[in-house]
Amino acid sequence: MSEQRGMVEKRGLGHWLTHLGLIIGVLFIFFPIWLAFVASTVTQPEIVRPPMPLLPGDQFFENYSKALLSGVNAPVAMMMLNSLIMALGITIGKIVISLTSAFAIVYFRFPGRTVFFWLIFLTLMLPVEVRIVPTYEVIANFGMLNSYSGLIFPLIASATATFLFRQFFLTVPDELTEAARVDGASPMQFFWHILLPMSRTNIAALFVILFIYGWNQYLWPLLITTDPSMNTIVMGIRQMFPSGDDLADWPVIMATSILAMVPPVIVVISMQKLFIRGLVDSEK
Amino acid sequence: MEKRVIFKGWMLPALLLLPQIVITAIFFFYPAGQAIWQSMFVPDPFGLKTQFVGLGNFEYLLGDPYYRASFVTTAIFSGLVTVVSMGVALYLAILADRLIKGSGTYRTLLIWPYAVAPAVAGVLWMFMFNTRVGVVAWYLGLLGYDWNHVLNEAEAMGLVVVASSWGRISYNFLFFLAGLQAIPRSVIEAAAIDGAKFWTRFRTIVWPLLSPTTFFLLVVNVVYAFFETFGVIHTITAGGPQQATTILVYKVYSDGFVGQDLGSSAAQSVILLVLVGLLTVIQFKFIERRVHY
Repeated sequence: MSEQRGMVEKRGLGHWLTHLGLIIGVLFIFFPIWLAFVASTVTQPEIVRPPMPLLPGDQFFENYSKALLSGVNAPVAMMMLNSLIMALGITIGKIVISLTSAFAIVYFRFPGRTVFFWLIFLTLMLPVEVRIVPTYEVIANFGMLNSYSGLIFPLIASATATFLFRQFFLTVPDELTEAARVDGASPMQFFWHILLPMSRTNIAALFVILFIYGWNQYLWPLLITTDPSMNTIVMGIRQMFPSGDDLADWPVIMATSILAMVPPVIVVISMQKLFIRGLVDSEK
Repeated sequence: MEKRVIFKGWMLPALLLLPQIVITAIFFFYPAGQAIWQSMFVPDPFGLKTQFVGLGNFEYLLGDPYYRASFVTTAIFSGLVTVVSMGVALYLAILADRLIKGSGTYRTLLIWPYAVAPAVAGVLWMFMFNTRVGVVAWYLGLLGYDWNHVLNEAEAMGLVVVASSWGRISYNFLFFLAGLQAIPRSVIEAAAIDGAKFWTRFRTIVWPLLSPTTFFLLVVNVVYAFFETFGVIHTITAGGPQQATTILVYKVYSDGFVGQDLGSSAAQSVILLVLVGLLTVIQFKFIERRVHY
């Protein structure tokens, strides 16, 4: 294959220039993260007397254990646990309610079906950022401030996943349903033993995308978690900066930033195929 | 499209739909309705009662120079983010597409910043350009340039644009590379045999064939710049200096939660709602067209 592809690709000098261009791009992408990593391994005085070093120091364990165990307002380990619970809650919750409602909409005829479909479809259009004030009031009235359910539920209320599963269910051959019915399978048996196993890849791809989406939430946790022990890591970083002129604890803040990106980055890299598929699916 | 083979009954499907209906009703339709309702009231000075003003909040907003400035800021910001992130991504994708092997490696190296939260990206860039400890700011000072995004409006805008575009390059790169690799080699080689140089091939073959991808990314990136960059702006500039980086979503937040002006914030939500609606319609219109390609 590659022997035949040689005509328009560059060789010799042009080939190296292509690599050079790409490497510069990769370095540009990596540089901010490298700097954050370096800052997370040196001491505070090394940072506040610029320029800071560009190579890692020897304070890795000190800074990371300080961040994880005590942090600034709350231990970062606790914030990571909150983030994990929120991300998994959003991911699993959204997948479960979307699977069942897509199944109902595609495989049944009942009064008001089209109305329900359009009602769900409408939610595609309104991100949580747009309705923050009234949603905040709902959560406050339910006494759900500083709670996991308050973090999770408003972010589940959107139909992207329902839409995706509906599209997929429509491509499942009718013969399978027919065969299941002839064999006397109930709708739920069909759902469990045929539809779910067939949706495995779609579910996994969506899982990757939704996990990153949930983990990276910022505005919503910022509004409803006033108690530091309920902070998530992504919004908690901002809370670590002192107000006024006090000096920020940069090594701990940068260690926290690195810790905040490790879980989603691992998910993306280790499940690259599913991730790409999920991205493409969710934009269709 | 409809299924020909279906199951009977209505109890089961109702039960299956119930969770989504309940959650959507409580956490979506009720708040959205509230936003529309609240947008027609103003609270009295003591916050005890509210008074019906109809479209008064909207009238006030459209006449408010700060709100109009925020519209302009949003347009500049999202325009720049879209152009910068798509431009860099297209450049890198073209390079990667020219490689015989190794484009997969570069893809792995380039896509993972997608996973970095906008708020974290904001902190990273703020750290680099921090006026006290930032390395980049310090080296710029060495070159005789006095960087201060806390006071300088253009520098503040530049910084939030770069920080917002940075993580977005991954996403655009992925779609551009896929688009480029979907263009049949034979077409490009035929042009090469006819003596077309790289730029001619790009202008007459690659760019037109890439246009569905480009248009799709254009819409998606504008939506991103509108709604998902709150974290970047909140961590780097908090909308300042002098509201120079206060985009519409940031203003909904700052008027509603910091300023406690609920009527105005709700009216702004409604205006945003209309904007999202328009963008979604454009997106769907486009997707319909893409299906028939």
